[in-house]
Amino acid sequence: MATVQHVVHDTQGAYEPSLFGTYSKKIGMWLFLASDTLTFGALLVAYSYGRVSNPAWPTPFNRDSIINATIMTACLLSSSLTMVLAVMAGNRNDKAWVRNWLLATMFFGAAFTVLHAMEWTKLIVVEKMTPSSNVWSSVPLFGGTFFTLTGMHMLHVTIGIIYLGVIALRKKFLPVLLVLWALGFFLTPADSVFHLGIHVLLIGAVVSAIVLFLKPKDYDANDVEVAGLYWHFVDLVWMFIFPLVYLMSTKV
Amino acid sequence: MHDVSAHTDGKMTYFWVWGALLLLTAVEVVLAYKQILQPVRMLQVLLVLSVIKAGLITMYFMHLKAELPRMRWLLTISVTACFFLMWVFFFRDADRILTLGVK
Repeated sequence: MATVQHVVHDTQGAYEPSLFGTYSKKIGMWLFLASDTLTFGALLVAYSYGRVSNPAWPTPFNRDSIINATIMTACLLSSSLTMVLAVMAGNRNDKAWVRNWLLATMFFGAAFTVLHAMEWTKLIVVEKMTPSSNVWSSVPLFGGTFFTLTGMHMLHVTIGIIYLGVIALRKKFLPVLLVLWALGFFLTPADSVFHLGIHVLLIGAVVSAIVLFLKPKDYDANDVEVAGLYWHFVDLVWMFIFPLVYLMSTKV
Repeated sequence: MHDVSAHTDGKMTYFWVWGALLLLTAVEVVLAYKQILQPVRMLQVLLVLSVIKAGLITMYFMHLKAELPRMRWLLTISVTACFFLMWVFFFRDADRILTLGVK
């Protein structure tokens, strides 16, 4: 019969030291971000190939659109700054300023999402653009690539705002999410894409409730740092989407 | 457990990085407005600027600079290798369609 060897762990640390000198939660988030980078990378390559190889690619983004997109970029960059300040506050155990900086980050993220939603509404309702057709040229790929890229990114930003809200406010964030979902649902026209898209907030509220009630905890500096990694990644992706999608299709 | 990235930069460093990111964004917008470059060249220039911005965000805001070199190199090399595979045929293929045309 085989004998079982019992491994005695050092009383100081029950686990072997990490190969990367940091806690596993952070390594896990880095691995997830590496895989998400490839997802967005594939979408960006597909878009760029269509853009460069097609001389009839529409260039619908006029001065107002570029100004709007530049303000959105500034909002995301500022949100990254407030996020890193939140991480600094977490490292010095200042819970009040962790919450304040996280709320500031969420504010900039929400401003980005609202401006983006307004731009989408203008393209869909006024310019009559759809994922498979547009009025400017015969290139149907433009709508598909634009809405897929920016929609995926907007979804990531929305999930990031919910993630930060859970870290900052914990259970107090749930009624805020539900009120925003109800307002968004009843105030958007029935034919608006956001009338359906607002349900992301409801799904976020359900998932957050499951996490908050099944595993209640006081989120510490490590949790803030890991959330910060996700948020900076969302900003990083926009650094590629903005020039490739908007600046490559300007109508000057 | 002691976290190697616990010693990070000061607050002013992050403000400088933020300023540099805004400045690079302004450069990109001006390039787009002037439209002096052809689409393929414009794409190359914008990609280079975007990679610089991504590097600043990754190294400073995401604190990758403060991590162990093996973690930094493993992440950078693996993601760069994947992107290289995606992009290595890109410019020649896209350019070929433009020069040879489509039947």
